[in-house]
Amino acid sequence: MAEVHTHEADDHDSAYAGLLVNDAHWAFGTDFEDPLAGVDTTVPEGVDAQELAAYCLQLGDDALILSQRLSEWCSRAPDLEEDIALANIALDLLGQARLLLARAAAADPSLVPALPEGSPVPPEDALAFFRSDREFRNVCLVELPNGDFAETICRVLVFSTYRLALFQRLTAHPDAVLRAVAVKGLKELAYHRDFAGRWFLTLARGTEESRRRLEAALAQVWAYRHELGDDQDAEVVLEQVLATSGVAAPGVRPVSTVGGHTEHLSRLLAEMQVVARAHPMGLW
Amino acid sequence: MSSAVAEPELAAQFEATVRRKDRIEPRDWMPDAYRKTVVRQVAQHAHSEIIGMQPEGAWIGRAPSLRRKATLLAKVQDEAGHGLYLYSATETLGVSRQHLTEMLIAGKQKYSSIFNYPALSYADVGTIGWLVDGAAICNQVPLCRTSYGPYGRAMIRICKEESFHQRQGYELLMTMMRGTDEQRAMVQESVDRFWWPALMMFGPPDDASPNTEQSMAWGIKTHTNDELRQRFVDMTVPQAEALGVTLPDPDLVWNEERGAHDFGQPDWDEFWDVVKGSGPCNAQRIAHRKRAWDEGAWVREAAVAFANANDEEVPA
Repeated sequence: MAEVHTHEADDHDSAYAGLLVNDAHWAFGTDFEDPLAGVDTTVPEGVDAQELAAYCLQLGDDALILSQRLSEWCSRAPDLEEDIALANIALDLLGQARLLLARAAAADPSLVPALPEGSPVPPEDALAFFRSDREFRNVCLVELPNGDFAETICRVLVFSTYRLALFQRLTAHPDAVLRAVAVKGLKELAYHRDFAGRWFLTLARGTEESRRRLEAALAQVWAYRHELGDDQDAEVVLEQVLATSGVAAPGVRPVSTVGGHTEHLSRLLAEMQVVARAHPMGLW
Repeated sequence: MSSAVAEPELAAQFEATVRRKDRIEPRDWMPDAYRKTVVRQVAQHAHSEIIGMQPEGAWIGRAPSLRRKATLLAKVQDEAGHGLYLYSATETLGVSRQHLTEMLIAGKQKYSSIFNYPALSYADVGTIGWLVDGAAICNQVPLCRTSYGPYGRAMIRICKEESFHQRQGYELLMTMMRGTDEQRAMVQESVDRFWWPALMMFGPPDDASPNTEQSMAWGIKTHTNDELRQRFVDMTVPQAEALGVTLPDPDLVWNEERGAHDFGQPDWDEFWDVVKGSGPCNAQRIAHRKRAWDEGAWVREAAVAFANANDEEVPA
């Protein structure tokens, strides 16, 4: 087979090089990669393992569900640059989710749904794909449908601002794993906030239509802000973004989130889990 | 007028550059027909990257593990990036992304017909990586040496990423083949569906490919369709064996004399039907792209208005 590509060998740009090398072993990395491989997952003294696990699960679910929503933009964004940027944010959050769900499972294995004997599904995937909607701990804000680009920008702005403030504090958490996740997430969340903040300003000062859509979108998102808790640091930042953009904080009443979730989560999970649930013994 | 006088000399320089296998750069003189051919080919390629996001992109939401979801999302994101570099290459010839997108949506420009086939199972994500990206690589690697500089340089980066995608696709199929019987059947069924459309990606047989000769003389195209198709088959057969799947061609056999595989012909009537618009997903792909473009119009307008307003604020 080698002669098929030898005349390309002098090509500085040959992507054939390597394609036919060692055919039988062409695939690589077929083993599942444990996201916490080599990490000491012992829960430190003085930290309640169940509480830690529940907390990681909540943070992980927020990231997972928002990532799922953001990835719906893929091939649908207003232009290619935004398509790429939204995919980046979705990928960052997915990475955070994977680590946090793995951390939750390691700290409290009883959280992980039972699968048939011998199932190769790793614990963080069992948590993502085999829990029911009632078992998800995410805030309602992240499960709402995307709406238009303005709604997505407002949601990312508010979510990333609160999460960044929170992750800054988590860099001092007693659990080394959660601390490491927070440190890694800081740069990511700062970028998400920056991206959303720039677009917030652009839409606020763009056209009449963009302004109108932005204000409507902000009102929607604002009604769920209470779910993220009281956070002085985040509130100060948001006030600045609004002031710079010349947008008043919406005077909306907080939406009741009694029941934990909206009608949208079950549908979102139906899509997200459909393949995994059809193959509980599947190897992916 | 003066350019008319100088034209034969410019044309001779152009021909010499192409013969030396040097690059033609944006500011170089080039025949109008060459410019048009490059724009047509690069635009078609850019459109293929963007439309090609759809069949796989539809599975991001259903990816069966967090690792696969990340891999797939990153891959589809790469396709958007490829579209971006390629539209930038056409911009060096004075043709904007916006204009080309409008041409695509209006059905006046084509994209690779392979994306008019649906992705029906998660195995298709792997098969598209292995066979479709594999065929694309065979087509595209020679383009790294294409005569138009910005296109060739974009292709170098694109080919490296495509090659990575191909391995990822193959790796997914390898993993599924180590899974359950159902997963193995899913892989085989997917390969059965994609094998012939993948062979069609090299275009019609050489005797039915009217543009090939001129494109090869200009160094835009460097190999014929049949040469590339042969290379793809020879490359893929051992990979299929290693994977443990059958390629759905009873005529596929090693020919000792030629040192290459003999193989059957795809259904060229089907090929032309899909090219002309009656493939399973032609209308759906364009409608999806049109919807995204139309729904994003107000955002793009806002960005332009914002940028213009800021320009005015900057003191001269």
